Amino acid sequence: MATLTRPTPPSSPPGVDPHRRTHPLRVDIARALPLTPAVVLLLVFLAGPIVWCCYAAFTNTALTGAGSGATQFVGLDNFRQAFGSEAFRNSVVLTLVFTVLSAVVGQNLLGLALALLQKRSAKVVRTLVGTAVIGAWVIPEVVAGYVWYAFLSKDGTFNELIAGLGLSQNWLYTLPILAVSLANVWRGTAFSMLVYNAALSEIPQEIEEAAEMDGATGLSRLRYVTIPMIRRTVTTNLMLITLQTLSVFGLIYTMTKGGPGTKSQTLPLYMYEQAFSFSQLGYGTAIALVLLAVGAVFSVVYMRLLREEA
Amino acid sequence: MRRRSFLTAAGLGAGTLFATAACGGESSGSSDSTAVKVAYQQWGSGTIMKDYLSGLKTSYEGANPGKSIELVPIVASENDYYTKLQLMMRSPRTSPDVVYEDTFLINSDITAGYLQPLDSFLGSWDQWDQFQDTAKGAAKAADGKTYGVPDGTDTRALWFNKQLLTQAGLPEAWAPTSWDDILTACREIKGKVPGVTPINIYAGKAAGEAASMQGFEMLFYGTGSTLYDVASDKWNVASPEFRDALTVLKTFYDEKLCPDPEIALDAQISNRVGEEFLPGSTLAIALDGSWMSNNWLETGGAPWPEWSQLMATTPMPTKDGSAPGKISMSGGWTWAMTKNAANADEAWKVISTLTAFENNLKYNIANASVAVRKDVAQDPEYTGSNQTLEFFSSLVPVTQYRPQNTDYPRVSNEIQVAMEAVVTGQASPTEAADAYDEAVKGIVGEEKTATL
Repeated sequence: MATLTRPTPPSSPPGVDPHRRTHPLRVDIARALPLTPAVVLLLVFLAGPIVWCCYAAFTNTALTGAGSGATQFVGLDNFRQAFGSEAFRNSVVLTLVFTVLSAVVGQNLLGLALALLQKRSAKVVRTLVGTAVIGAWVIPEVVAGYVWYAFLSKDGTFNELIAGLGLSQNWLYTLPILAVSLANVWRGTAFSMLVYNAALSEIPQEIEEAAEMDGATGLSRLRYVTIPMIRRTVTTNLMLITLQTLSVFGLIYTMTKGGPGTKSQTLPLYMYEQAFSFSQLGYGTAIALVLLAVGAVFSVVYMRLLREEA
Repeated sequence: MRRRSFLTAAGLGAGTLFATAACGGESSGSSDSTAVKVAYQQWGSGTIMKDYLSGLKTSYEGANPGKSIELVPIVASENDYYTKLQLMMRSPRTSPDVVYEDTFLINSDITAGYLQPLDSFLGSWDQWDQFQDTAKGAAKAADGKTYGVPDGTDTRALWFNKQLLTQAGLPEAWAPTSWDDILTACREIKGKVPGVTPINIYAGKAAGEAASMQGFEMLFYGTGSTLYDVASDKWNVASPEFRDALTVLKTFYDEKLCPDPEIALDAQISNRVGEEFLPGSTLAIALDGSWMSNNWLETGGAPWPEWSQLMATTPMPTKDGSAPGKISMSGGWTWAMTKNAANADEAWKVISTLTAFENNLKYNIANASVAVRKDVAQDPEYTGSNQTLEFFSSLVPVTQYRPQNTDYPRVSNEIQVAMEAVVTGQASPTEAADAYDEAVKGIVGEEKTATL
């Protein structure tokens, strides 16, 4: 196997191309020329804001007040303030809970389960389920948020359904982070399902059949055959949905505005409040950088998992 | 092959971007540069300001041939309005000339350098004397200069439903003289009129500034204390009165005299009080603003013609009735001129027209706001326009203003956090007040705090 997967690259000693050797620089410039406008635009509109964001995180830039008139470099003050703040730590914890609950567990497992079930189901069922799940995904974020607000609020549909059980309550008030996580699972599962659908269809029928002949049960086939074969897809999917979920704003803002109190105030909502309600742009961008770091940590973990199993 | 198609795509993409960028540049350069740009907030179904400004634009342009006003409605809720306005004022290319500024944020914007002082114009304006002194001070900055002309104010008091109160055996002319009087009345209502919430006092972050101002500060300033002392530039921490106010709030919520926390902490609470609970007679008393009756006019969100017979008002008493016996909080808005105003003389002409007697009268009547011009306040057309205006104007002598300090918005948020912790039972009044003290020290710096 190893020899097959790792073919030695064809040997190509440097500088054998006569054309390259004669006019290396001129050719490179000529080739780069058409790219220049695109690169310049990318630098200005993509790299520019990122660089500004990194800079602003170390200043007291504000929309109004003293920080707006005379912006000063304040070093690590913003970060010190953040890590010393109860509200910030609360937001970090909530962000992790929200991400793990709704992306890593919810969307990921449910998406995989749906994809596995769809593989074995009749075409009609497959089409119906696919349409319903993807429908949830296509609905705009704010509309989805409102739908879930209407479903879970005190006079909502859910309470009507369970009226007989005596459990009626305002779920957005009693279990806010769970409510928004649930809504995010509902909305985002389609993505995982599609990714896994594609991956599962790549698994050759023979391998599954061979495993079945060897007497492997459904669960062990899944564990020893299917999962290892779609391992790369799992990692890619986890990475994508984690980064998406970390930055979810509209859904939570529509459903709870981060409340009650700060019980569902994840980092993006905290950042919005600080930057735009309290006009602390510098502090807000510092939190944005922290959010970036959280995303990076998740990515590194996933990469490590992939490498270890490989 | 693949590389070529990539290059084509990149080239096309770049071309499109350049074209788009060029379009953006052209369109922004073509706006009418001679018109005075007037920015105001436009949100929801209310069109009072829009109607007022549209009418004024027509009459102004008719009276001043060659001059024009360009209205710049900023479509945003309150918080977003400030954000959008501040972003616009940052650049001379987008800055309006005349802006509508809340007195509670104007100091921040002055410190930020967005506005220019109006003293040179006010000095020679014969109508400036008609403005009440407290109102004149509303837009005065730390440098002693005035940056805005107020167009109206508001006061706060107790609104109550006479029918519900008489059902509970309380007098139709109910006039509480202390916090205990209110508590007693609420307990009576709770016991005798089932299904009715005795009182609403805003609490928590969802209600936002309404919780700080209509809720907490109406209690707290009734103790005779203050949040911030201008003379010494110090914020009040470790204040026993702060704890008193939180404690009485806890009593109201613990005894279920206020709405359930889950209703009180919903973002819709302000709308529901005005448009649902009071007109539906499910709420007996509301600690709220002078503008409440706007909801019930034909043009409002919940037309309720019977309100004039059913609803009455009484001043909010101080904690134990000590002088002056009643308390109110005031806000209000001003017309200000931006630093980047293209033509200051023209902009001033618009501001002075906006706040001139005839126009200000028209606006205050339409908005049911408390007049800041003496001539408007005495005008029979104004006093006769709404039965509660005279009452709310009478509170002006006892009214208090919020700290006019750039840190106030963040301190206000901490007040809301403390209130919420208390009404949900997450913290005792002392714990919540301690947390507030720490938070204030963090915001303004420990050296700017003291026990006042």
